[in-house]
Amino acid sequence: MEIKNNDTTTHTTTEALEKAVWAILETVPDPEVPVLSVVDLGVVRKVEVTPATTGSKGSLLISYTPTYTGCPAMDVMKMTMQMALQEAGFTAVQFIQVLSPAWTTDWMSESGKEKLKAYGIAPPQYKQAVCTPDSFQQEEAIPCPRCNSYHTRLVSQFGSTACKALYQCNDCKEPFDYFKCH
Amino acid sequence: MTPSLLHYTLHLADNALIIGHRNSEWCGHGPILEQDIAISNIALDYIGQARNFYQYAAELTGNGATEDSLAYLRDAIDFKNCLLTELPNDDWAQTTLRQFFFSAYQYFLYQQLQNSSNQQLAAIAEKALKEVTYHLRWSSEWVIRLGDGTEESKQRMLRAIDELWSFTGELFTPAGYEQQAVTEGYGVDLSQIRENWYKKVTAVFEEATLPLPKENVWMQTGGKTGVHTEHLGFILADMQFLQRAYPGAEW
Repeated sequence: MEIKNNDTTTHTTTEALEKAVWAILETVPDPEVPVLSVVDLGVVRKVEVTPATTGSKGSLLISYTPTYTGCPAMDVMKMTMQMALQEAGFTAVQFIQVLSPAWTTDWMSESGKEKLKAYGIAPPQYKQAVCTPDSFQQEEAIPCPRCNSYHTRLVSQFGSTACKALYQCNDCKEPFDYFKCH
Repeated sequence: MTPSLLHYTLHLADNALIIGHRNSEWCGHGPILEQDIAISNIALDYIGQARNFYQYAAELTGNGATEDSLAYLRDAIDFKNCLLTELPNDDWAQTTLRQFFFSAYQYFLYQQLQNSSNQQLAAIAEKALKEVTYHLRWSSEWVIRLGDGTEESKQRMLRAIDELWSFTGELFTPAGYEQQAVTEGYGVDLSQIRENWYKKVTAVFEEATLPLPKENVWMQTGGKTGVHTEHLGFILADMQFLQRAYPGAEW
């Protein structure tokens, strides 16, 4: 992505470079939920820029955290981030995985949650209701992303990807994914 | 660094890899689609845990070791997983009961391990604990559903208990490197989580109307120190074939 800025000198300052990098990362989608960017997801935790003295755009250190430990999309996200940054002229990019504090759906952006709903996936609820090992707990009341009814039921805690559960709406009968609280 | 830290990390990695592999064998064979997806998801979580532990173990090993060389190029005698994780899949009752025994163990283990003095082990445990919570909940529900289900499902659960119980003792029998890990401050004292595990099993079995086996009976051991059942060799033959036949292959 081209960063449009008439004043090229500002690009040399760390702050402007950081801003440019965040803007690029906002265009990198989650391969499994393409309406969300890696920034919406809260996967990118920190961007550190070391400005170069001449010519190039400096080197980057990007701290990221996986959503679920085994999420296979993580490697794809890393590669896509690398490619997008390279295209914008950032050739020296290093990635560092940070596991603690562990990723939580609380880090998902508000705009990300709205995009999810519009895409047909129920976004994570504001307050985590059931994340304990106790069996047969009362299910979370998740509104249907299609008709907004709360009259829905859990089909399975485990869905098409690690981060989702399967639900079905009892009113409009739509089966849907719920991006579960984590 | 003492060799105990490496052995301890490999033990945690091997446990996750081997039970993850067993669960992945259900992919495409689950009793119904949703449960097929569930157990495949759990398998994936384990592969993720294993990768994190192996990456750290590779760092400790040095000499160009990688997560792949540790998973694909060690022989059965080097694997330190508990025997419970390598037992072949039988029916759904046996699989979900094994999952329950193991998830309850991992749940209490990681709860402690996230306070480890070793930051890397603590971070991996903190991250994985959230997923293990789901595994424990899912597997407890299956034990209850089948135990307190039909005559047939109950018989299957009873048979699974007979088959698996003698493999649960090893979870709490520390190997040398585990004792060393406690002494050095980064490991979990298994005697402290044993009681919680037994309490959890008691509560779930009660709800499942299943008889609780005696606690202090003869138990199988060996896996933690590389003395495995013949089943592990078959898993490795399956899993390691490609890297052995085509060293360094990537796709």
